[in-house]
Parts: sequence; structure tokens; C-alpha cells
Amino acid sequence: MAYALQQLINGVSLGMIYGLIAVGYTMVYGIIGMINFAHGDVFMVGAFVSLITALLLGLGSGAAGPGALLLVLLAAMAVTALYGWTVERVAYRPLRGSFRLAPLISAIGMSILLQNYVQVAQGARVKPTGTLVPGGVTLMETDGFAVQFSYVQMLIIVVTLAVLAGFTLLVTRTPMGRAMRACEQDRKMAALLGIDTDRIISLTFVIGAALAAVAGCMYLLRYGVIDFYIGFLAGVKAFTAAVLGGIGSLPGAVLGGLLIGLIETFWSAYFSAQYKDVAAFSILILTLVLMPSGLLGRQEVEKV
Amino acid sequence: MRPVAASREGVLYALRDAGLAALVAFGLFAPLVGLRTDVVEGGLALRGRWDDVAWLCLIAFVGRLAMVLLAGRRLPRLALPAPLARTARYVTPFCLGLALLLPWLPFVERYELDLGILVLTYVMLGWGLNIVVGLAGLLDLGYVAFYAVGAYSYALLSTTYGLSFWVCLPLAGLLAAFAGVLLGFPVLRLRGDYLAIVTLAFGEIIRVVLTNWVSLTNGPNGISGIPRPGLFGLAFTSEEGGFADFFGLEYDPVHRVIFLYYLILGLALLTNWVTLRLRRQPLGRAWEALREDEIACRALGINVTVTKLTAFAIGAMFAGFAGSFFATRQAFVSPESFTFIESAIILAIVVLGGMGSQLGVALAALLLIGGTELFRDLAEWRMLIFGAAMVVIMVVRPRGLVGTRTPSIALGEKRAIGGNFVSEGH
Repeated sequence: MAYALQQLINGVSLGMIYGLIAVGYTMVYGIIGMINFAHGDVFMVGAFVSLITALLLGLGSGAAGPGALLLVLLAAMAVTALYGWTVERVAYRPLRGSFRLAPLISAIGMSILLQNYVQVAQGARVKPTGTLVPGGVTLMETDGFAVQFSYVQMLIIVVTLAVLAGFTLLVTRTPMGRAMRACEQDRKMAALLGIDTDRIISLTFVIGAALAAVAGCMYLLRYGVIDFYIGFLAGVKAFTAAVLGGIGSLPGAVLGGLLIGLIETFWSAYFSAQYKDVAAFSILILTLVLMPSGLLGRQEVEKV
Repeated sequence: MRPVAASREGVLYALRDAGLAALVAFGLFAPLVGLRTDVVEGGLALRGRWDDVAWLCLIAFVGRLAMVLLAGRRLPRLALPAPLARTARYVTPFCLGLALLLPWLPFVERYELDLGILVLTYVMLGWGLNIVVGLAGLLDLGYVAFYAVGAYSYALLSTTYGLSFWVCLPLAGLLAAFAGVLLGFPVLRLRGDYLAIVTLAFGEIIRVVLTNWVSLTNGPNGISGIPRPGLFGLAFTSEEGGFADFFGLEYDPVHRVIFLYYLILGLALLTNWVTLRLRRQPLGRAWEALREDEIACRALGINVTVTKLTAFAIGAMFAGFAGSFFATRQAFVSPESFTFIESAIILAIVVLGGMGSQLGVALAALLLIGGTELFRDLAEWRMLIFGAAMVVIMVVRPRGLVGTRTPSIALGEKRAIGGNFVSEGH
């Protein structure tokens, strides 16, 4: 029981990170109908910018104050958003209206480019940091097994919920959000009604990248070790989460992220840690085969 | 992009735009290039590299300035497709002749031959994937899984049961085709990007299993000591009864390389020949019809299930052949050779080649694999350049290098048609 509770806490905090990345996938897919393959690497860039800002602020080791952490988060979001914007501008916008495979190939190229760019710029070695947010509370203790709810995990859950709440308000309550939803429903019609669709698409990438930066920052705080390759697996799993939740659906992405996080954690805890990726990918395949529109997605009607 | 006249406002506009680009470049590169994290004793330290950032910003400024100023002018078009289409009938025999004679050319040494073998392996993989992506229009991002199945089939069969390469080759193809059908069944209903991501997941599952099933595959350490193939029982060794001894030649290790070169050339040409034959037959026509419109296919009574599964199976079979060739050439296989990046490279070759154009695929393989080989001294930069090249080629020529096709069947005279008339599948 205690063990399961601990796994639940671990799973939820991991799932939150996946959920944040998944929102970026699902937004882009909803609006321009492409898999932004480079999104996982944008997440990785976010983690690196967080690390560099933290080092700039002298947070190399030991605990960090809330102000400094906020500064790290904001810096990561700003710089990563710029990366998101540039990626769209350079690699995807020239291909709009081109045949459907072209942006996907361009996105894969961008993913390779970002990965190797960070490898060249920052070196291939893994970057360990000290524990920036130490400590936690012990929830219960039975048979010598203590259930730890660490401050980092609390921070991840609170920050993610706050960011997602802000994001939901942005999408549902502001003119910009309305324009985004209009573009998602029918881009051509939205353009006819005077919405600058190019700008909205850029904004989508900027917001998606900023959310990925939050995820990257949280990842850094939680695991304390990053390298240039973390983006690939996290990206694929987050995409799995987006598909599981129903692609195009924002609450679905978060729900899918949570489920993937929980499945992965419980699988490693009770079966085998080596095959946890296989578990996540099998879930993806099963979902798509049995329920192609995901948990909260709309049924797509095939038209001639 | 607005055309900029050579007026004063135009130049000012261009300067402002370029300034913005430099500012963006500063924002992008200042944290990641300007501050390098180094692992030092007791943690990480930052090291400033601001001169590099300045250079990058300058490049962004000049590049953007040139782009904006030249935007209004008509640049000489990169006129590759039309002449290539016209000269295709000369290019193809030329390439084929070059490939056949390569080992005998005076400047070709061991290194060039090895490079030729590498390029031909990718040409074969590209042609194999072309059946799935280019003909049947099924987007497959996990093609390397079948390559892995082929490689491990040969490695395991030969090291465990001592079977020879020539027995294992068809077996490896068969097993890979079986894996293709295995993947094909669950994804029959999926289309487009969903299909892509499921095939990617399949590829990763195969790799994770190869890494973790230590009792069978020896895990990340891989399988070594895979036997080399011989020519009709003649081994390429210096001993008596070997190839050199039989033909009364002086033993030279390059004999084996030449043999491997012709082996992969033969396998690649077999792939090409089968593809070209199949395109004319009902099955190939069903593939192409499926690519263009699945619903119409169903309405016309084409069995979509069988059509898709055969595309997966035949594509996978060629990957299996290539895989067992890879295993025998390296004499070593490990899961590291079968990462997603390999699938991405093969898919890039197919798409950059112009999806469905056999010549285009071969040229794209030569360009991407041979081209990045030129940069191999730059180790870390090689893949960076590769990724950038993928983006740039896609942006400049989204329809691939060879933008035209020869129709599979035509009434009367066959004429090349533009690639944009061909649907990209689903």
C-alpha cells in the first residue's frame, strides 16, 4: 500500500512533465495538422537553458530560493519560446501548403539539427547538478517503508497546475485564444474573417515551446542530470500521451501525460524497469488500434 | 516576403529586418553557445565564448540582409528537374556503368570501396523503403526494425547453427517479411502521421528488446565473430583452397571488399528490378492506386488489407536482405546500429530523392551518405550538417531532387509527369 502510494506520487509528477510537453504537440497538431517532431528537442533546449541560468545565478549546488527558481523558469521560457518561434519560421513556414510529408521531414531534420547543435555547443557529456530543491515530507511509514513526498515533486505538481490553469484561461477567455481555436477549427475560414493565421501559428509554437521549457526546468529540478539526448524519448512519450488523450484535445493531452507517467512508473515498480519504454509504446499502439481518436478526442470522419 | 526595390526605404527596411534577425540570433545563441557548461570538480562551471556568439549574429545579419535584398529579384532557378528528366536516359546507364566498374577504376582504393559499399547499402534500403512509402504511400518511420531483424537473424543463425550466408540470406528476408506483416496487421486502419508514429514505436520496441534480451542477443554488447560469406564455398582467406589460391592469384584482402561490393550492388539491383517489375503488375498498380485514394480502391474491389500487407512484407524483406549483408560485412551487430536516426536517414533519402523515383533515391543516397562522409573529420559537426541539409533541401525543393516521374502505364507515348501530380499517400 505504502509502496503503491509512493509510486502514485512519482507517477503523477512524471506525468505532469509529459503532459506539459504533450500540450505543445497537441496544439500544433490541432492547428496545422503536423507532428512537430522537434518539440522533444525544444524541451531539451529548455532544460539546458534552465541549467545555464541556474549556474549564472550561482545555484550550482545547494538549495535555491523561490525567487531564483522563478527567474530560472522565466528565462528558460523566454529563450525556449524564441527557439520555438525560430524553428517554425525557418523550417515549417516555407513549407506551408506543400505536400504533407515535407514538413514532417523538415521537422525530423530540425530535431537532428537541434540535438547536434546542443551537443556541439555544450558538449556530449551528461551535466549533473546538485539538488536545487532538497527535502520533503514523510507522509506515512509502514513496515520500515517511508512514503516520501519531496518538495521537488510538490513544486512540479503546483507549477504545472498553475501554468496549465493560466494556459487554459489564455485559450478560453482571451481574444487571442479565440483566434487560436478558430484557426484550429477552420484555418481558411479564420483567415477570411481577418485573423492573421501566420501570427497565430507562430504564437502556437511560442506557447508550446514555453510550456516545454517549464517541463524542461522541472525535469532538471527532479532528475538533476541532463544531456543533449533527453529530448527524443521524452518527445516520443509526450506524443504518445497526446495521442492517448485524443490529439487536438488540450485536457486530453494532460490526462494522457498523467496516464503515461503512471503506467511507466507502475510498470517499472512492479514488472521490469528495462521494458518500461516498451510498455509506453505498446500503450500507444493499442490505443491507436482500438481507439484511434483517443480518450477525449473527436471522431474523425473520412470524406471522399 | 515583400519584394524590396533598390530604393532608400527598401534598403532601410532590409537593414531593420536584418538587425532584427541578428537580435533573434543573439537571443538564441547567447545562452547556449555563449555560455558553455563544463564539468569540473565539484559540479559545473560556465565558460564564456562571446566571440562565437558575435560571429553567429553577424552571419544572421548578413544572411538576412542578402535574403531580403534579393527577395524581389528573380534568382536563377535551381533547374535540376527538367534537364535531369530529359537526360535521365543517359544518367541511369552512366550511373550503372560507374557502379559496375568502380572497383577497377585507377583512383579507387580500399577506402573508396568501403564508402561505395556504405552508399549502396543505403541505396538498397532506400529502394526497399520506397516500395512502402513511395509506391504504397504508407509512411514508415520504423524501417530500421526490419533491417535489425535481418541482421540479427543472420548473426544468430550463423553463430548458433553455423548456417552459411547464402542459406541465411533468404531466411533473414523471410523473417523480416514476417516482422513486416506483424507490424502491418495492427496498423491497417491507421493513416498518415498516426501510422508514422506507430511504426516509430515499433522500431523502438524492437531496439529495446534487442538491448534487454541479453540471453538471446547478448544485449548492448552485441554479437561478434559473425562468419564471412564465401563465393561458392571459396573463402576469402590466404589459406589453401581459398579464393586467391583457387584462381591462382596472390592473396589480397581487397578481394573480399570487392566481392562484398558486388554482392551489395547485386542485392540493390535486385531490389530495383523487383520494384520495376512489380510496378507493372496488378499488385504494384494496386499499391499506387492505394496511395492515390484508398476509398476509391475499396470501391473498385481492391483488397486493401492484402495490398498493404504485401507492401510492408516486401519492403521489409529487402531490409532483411540488407540487414544480413550489414551483419556479414561488419562481422558484428549491436542494437546501437539500429536507432531511430537510421530510419530517419533512410526516409530522408526516399523523400529527398523524390518519392517513387528510383534514380532520385540513388542520387539522394549518394548525396546524403557520401556528402556527410566528406565531413567525417568534423565528427560532431557531421550530424549537425546532416540535419541542416535535410531542412534546407526540404525548404528549397520540397518535391525532392528528381521532381518528375515516369508513369507506370501510359496510353501511347510515356512522358515524364511532375511529382506534384502524384499524391503523397495517406
